[in-house]
Amino acid sequence: MSIALKLDALSKTFVVGKQLFGPPKGRVHAVHPVTLEVPEGETLGIVGESGCGKSTLARMLVGLLEPSGGSIEIAGKPLDNADPAVFGKRIQYVFQDPISSLNPRKTVRQIMEVPLKRLHGMDKAQRDRRISEIFAQVNLREEFLDRYPHEFSGGQAQRIGIARALAAEAKILILDEPVSALDVSVQAQVLNLLAELKQRLGLTYLFISHDLAVVEAVSDRVAVLYFGSVVEIGRAEDVFANPRHPYTKLLADSAPVVGRPLTAPEGRETELPDPLNPPKGCAFRARCPYAGERCGEEVPRLEGETQLAACFHPLR
Amino acid sequence: MSFLSLLARNRLALAGLIVMALVVLLALVTPILPLADPDVTNTGNRFLKPFSEGALLGTDHLGRDLLSRLLWGTRLSLAVGFAAAVIAAVLGAAVGIIAGYYGGRVDNLIMRGVDMLMAFPYILLALAIVAALGPGLLNALIAVAAVNIPFFARNIRGITVGIAHKEFVDAAKLAGMGDARIIVSEVLPNVVPVIVIAMSTTVGWMILETAGLSFLGLGSQPPQADLGSMLGEARSALITNPHTSVVPGVMILIIVMAINLLGDGVRDALDPRLRSGALTRPMAATMVQRKGPVPDPQGDNVLDLRGLETQFHVKDRIYRAVGGVSWGVKPGECLGIIGESGSGKSVTALSVMGLVASPPGVITGGAVFYKGEDLVGAPYERLRSLRGREVAYIFQDPLATLHPLYKVGDQLVEAIRVHHHVSDKEARAKALGLLKDVRIPNAESRLENYPHEMSGGMRQRVGIAMALANDPEVIIADEPTTALDVTVQAQILSLLDTLRREKGLAIVFITHDFGVVAQLCDRVAVMYAGRIVEEGPTQIVLDAPAHPYTRRLIACVPELGEGKRALHAIPGLPPAVNDLPPGCAFAPRCDKATEACRQGEIALDAFGARKLRCLFPETELEAAQ
Amino acid sequence: MGSYILKRLVSAIPVLLGITVIVFAIMALIPGDPATAILGSYATPENVEKLNRDLGLDKPAVQRYFIWLFNMMQGDFGRSFSLNRPVLDEVLDRFGATLVLAGTSFVLCSLIGVAAGVVSAARQYGFADKAITFVVLLGISIPSFFLGMMMILIFAVQLRWFPASGMWPIYGDRNLLVLLDHLLMPALALAVVATGVVARLSRSAMLEVLRQDYIRTARAKGVPERGVIWRHALRAAMVSIIPVLGIQAGFVLSGAVYIEMVFQWPGVGRMLVDAILKRDILLVQGGVVFVAACYVGFNIVVDVAQSLLDPRIKT
Ligand SMILES: Nc1ncnc2c1ncn2[C@@H]1O[C@H](COP(=O)(O)OP(=O)(O)OP(=O)(O)O)[C@@H](O)[C@H]1O
Ligand code: SF4
Ligand code: SF4
Ligand SMILES: [Mg+2]
Repeated sequence: MSIALKLDALSKTFVVGKQLFGPPKGRVHAVHPVTLEVPEGETLGIVGESGCGKSTLARMLVGLLEPSGGSIEIAGKPLDNADPAVFGKRIQYVFQDPISSLNPRKTVRQIMEVPLKRLHGMDKAQRDRRISEIFAQVNLREEFLDRYPHEFSGGQAQRIGIARALAAEAKILILDEPVSALDVSVQAQVLNLLAELKQRLGLTYLFISHDLAVVEAVSDRVAVLYFGSVVEIGRAEDVFANPRHPYTKLLADSAPVVGRPLTAPEGRETELPDPLNPPKGCAFRARCPYAGERCGEEVPRLEGETQLAACFHPLR
Repeated sequence: MSFLSLLARNRLALAGLIVMALVVLLALVTPILPLADPDVTNTGNRFLKPFSEGALLGTDHLGRDLLSRLLWGTRLSLAVGFAAAVIAAVLGAAVGIIAGYYGGRVDNLIMRGVDMLMAFPYILLALAIVAALGPGLLNALIAVAAVNIPFFARNIRGITVGIAHKEFVDAAKLAGMGDARIIVSEVLPNVVPVIVIAMSTTVGWMILETAGLSFLGLGSQPPQADLGSMLGEARSALITNPHTSVVPGVMILIIVMAINLLGDGVRDALDPRLRSGALTRPMAATMVQRKGPVPDPQGDNVLDLRGLETQFHVKDRIYRAVGGVSWGVKPGECLGIIGESGSGKSVTALSVMGLVASPPGVITGGAVFYKGEDLVGAPYERLRSLRGREVAYIFQDPLATLHPLYKVGDQLVEAIRVHHHVSDKEARAKALGLLKDVRIPNAESRLENYPHEMSGGMRQRVGIAMALANDPEVIIADEPTTALDVTVQAQILSLLDTLRREKGLAIVFITHDFGVVAQLCDRVAVMYAGRIVEEGPTQIVLDAPAHPYTRRLIACVPELGEGKRALHAIPGLPPAVNDLPPGCAFAPRCDKATEACRQGEIALDAFGARKLRCLFPETELEAAQ
Repeated sequence: MGSYILKRLVSAIPVLLGITVIVFAIMALIPGDPATAILGSYATPENVEKLNRDLGLDKPAVQRYFIWLFNMMQGDFGRSFSLNRPVLDEVLDRFGATLVLAGTSFVLCSLIGVAAGVVSAARQYGFADKAITFVVLLGISIPSFFLGMMMILIFAVQLRWFPASGMWPIYGDRNLLVLLDHLLMPALALAVVATGVVARLSRSAMLEVLRQDYIRTARAKGVPERGVIWRHALRAAMVSIIPVLGIQAGFVLSGAVYIEMVFQWPGVGRMLVDAILKRDILLVQGGVVFVAACYVGFNIVVDVAQSLLDPRIKT
């Protein structure tokens, strides 16, 4: 199977506290070099807690943020410094907040037409035909086309967002928390729609979420992000069931599950490390019950066969 | 068009509009009215009183007809004021949009310039400009416009920055739009209402200012007169012939007042927040308008809701957010309330202590018994004395629910001292103890922290500590962990569980997560469209849900550890609570629905330890009682 | 805190320089030859040339600017030709009077405006709110100079409660009471517009804050309504009120021009208008720069107050 998306040492560093004179106050390594390959037709789930760099990674992939280092390849072709319009045809983005990702002063039709016109240069008749086609795919009625975004519920608005992404005809979709803003009953509808579209159109997904259960349910493989680094990656059914990295285990144990008694897997109140002063060695060390001496010295690298973990003392 | 009708609904704005229309009309027809020449002097007839023969408003110090001068002056003042407003708005908006959209260096450079212009005390800059260009009406216009550009620029820039960071702008980029196109078709339409608002609220101001410059003799030059220079010329005769001053002065007042009224109306009509009534001030306690009979207290629950109904009255629509909810908690018990967004969980919880924002919230029926005392309709002072002391709340987003400008220590101390007459020192010691109770490390130094200096988990611990401050009997926790990460959520939940067991608290725990309910609650009530559809011991309800909604809701939530799979979605959407279907609210989405379900009210019947509101239960139940 | 103040002071330097550049640039716009403007059209060419040399006008603009700036930094703002005395002396003499007037107005507009706004918000749609809203509307619609004139007409001429003009009586003592007697009417007339603006803004800031979640928290704790309004809501609303007070300080400082004209108050504003009409460039430049610099200083005070109030501002 060919590789749809390849990231090579992709990283992002934000400079904070820029001053008029003198050096900036600090640098935040939002994404440490990430190397990943996503085969065509796969859904790669990315989980992590708030602030771990999920959205930064996603925005780099679609060209909304300039990477600080590394490269992105789509279907074997590099995508360095291309303008968003070129990105747009290859890779698209579905936003977290369905309502605010639609311009409140445009009708749904106007919103849908932009990618068709700008990316594919279609004329009016072609556009109308294509819009009907896409709307049929995402189960939206065409009478919605002349309404404004505020008239839609979250689930409907998110379908419109998906329809817009489909209009670009990109083969890769970055789904950044696409269902977090939705209600559970609607969430399932949208997740099922996404699965169906992927089947039908042969899409590749990068599915970002903080909800472990959702990610597990939709992904083929899952990557766990902690403090800007991938700490574990493996098949969805294994990662949470048999975690190798202590952080993945902590996540899995913390998720409330029916039938499991309430325990606090972590005894003490712990906090994420300070991004301006990252600790030496493994970023998880302060919270890790398995930490050894080496953990404070070196940064562990991703290692393993099918299930890779960045840990000196993996659980399996 | 809704904008015009909104404007028309505002009676003051309408009055402003009418007066303004009259004034503009007068100004327009001035040249064809049979008026004396405004600039012809006739010193023989100087200072005629108003209503004199041939001079309706009298004459000025040179014997010129005041009425004629007034109308011609009005014409001039209006034209100059509007022109200045338009120029300032267009230029300021252009600068502001460019600075706000591009950000970074461009923004920095432009805004530094704007800051510098704003560093002048306002009219001073206008004076300097007139000084350079020389007195004259056109120069005054330029000066007033120039001075106002920075205000527009700064205002519009702020709005633009907000819009430029909206996701729809990113989406437009990905759809292949360039910057210029995005500015024109995505940003501008969202900024225009703000520009219009800013302009309509400043036109009056601009007229005042140009009048001011003319008053000083720096604007229109004799013999031509605008309203300001008429006042300026009349000043020397103020005491002897006040009418020469009063006439132009009152005219300015009328014009500016009409414009301001109209401007406020435009703002109100265009501002979506004002339109939805979101800018009304919530009262100290929710309004109560109980129509039906008040139920009697029964049972041994500390807190007991009987048929509670809370509605939102927005314009002519009625949202039945809570439509007859009954539940109770015993001491030491934890009741979970679960449901989707908008099902009325929060409104139910807030109704207990009269905290539903009102207007538009109204409690229209039922009762809330705290130890047998009905709190609905209790006097405010009684309600207040119970708030936080007997029934305390923990809210969802701890950053928004703690006061951003007070140290957490002070907020805890306040919580204690509003109910207990203790010294500040004692209260502080108690606060310290509370922080330790909720397992905050370094509690002493944390007392001195502001909320923004803490992490989300810490802040929620402070929220819990505040709820515990007066050893309440009942704690109502409204999604206290929804905004937190899973690892932090696990810590907070286990803390709440421990505290409940240690202190024998009754907890009402609102959530939309079955996993949380399963781990924490003894009993659970499921809400749908403002009503409870099923209630019972947690274990039993989750293992064998009896209501179709409960069963399907559980089924559509993925659970960790089951691998990749398709989900059992519920088709359709929950009904809008201002348009509930008759009969079972779930019927439109229920695959077991029959005609009977759509007919009349379906009661919440008790079956042993459970209660159910459904004609065709999913499981065998004990006989109804 | 000390370092924050220092930082603000340092950042004021480019602003001050910018002000001098702007003022200088505006004055350089003056069409024609300033010396001719000063001396009038009957001046002989020799006189014009001499004056140009005296004023340094024969040098290139950039050089002239730096000379002017350098002199100002040494306290030499030049000489006013119309008054024939050093600009700085005149400005300093006049500025005291303006400061008394504008300062009093500023205090009045802050106190009355904020209080009216809070009451208005707390009683939204009640009688007090409607009354205040109406008075405020009247206040922001009336030209301050017209108001001043009407006040003179009614309270000085008709009722004889207050003196009609001036800061001090021509004869007699100069004590605080006498000053207050003269000050009250002009200060009120000047304060009215600013009070209206502050009251409006305070009202909407309060309404905005009263809907916030932390206000609900305060109520849920059992804080009495008075505490909710004055302790919780007003404190938070002040964060958006204070910058507006800063702007209003600029308004009263410059609005004083009109009031000084109407009430014959011996302040900088009147001086500037006279100077403009007489084309006394150096006096205008010096006066504007001086007042603007004071305003910049005041804005630093505003920023410091803001940072004391709001811990979220990084100090
Ligand atoms: N201020 C208001 N004006 C009008 N309607 C309101 C207002 N506040 C709430 N509602 C309506 O009341 C209903 C119940 O809302 P409520 O906040 O109780 O839901 P919830 O179950 O707590 O939802 P969530 O899970 O999102 O917190 C909703 O339909 C909502 O639209
Ligand atoms: S490398 Fe060390 S500290 Fe990091 S997760 Fe593994 S055992 Fe823990
Ligand atoms: S009453 Fe009827 S429609 Fe409602 S849930 Fe039960 S079976 Fe479904
Ligand atoms: Mg809620």
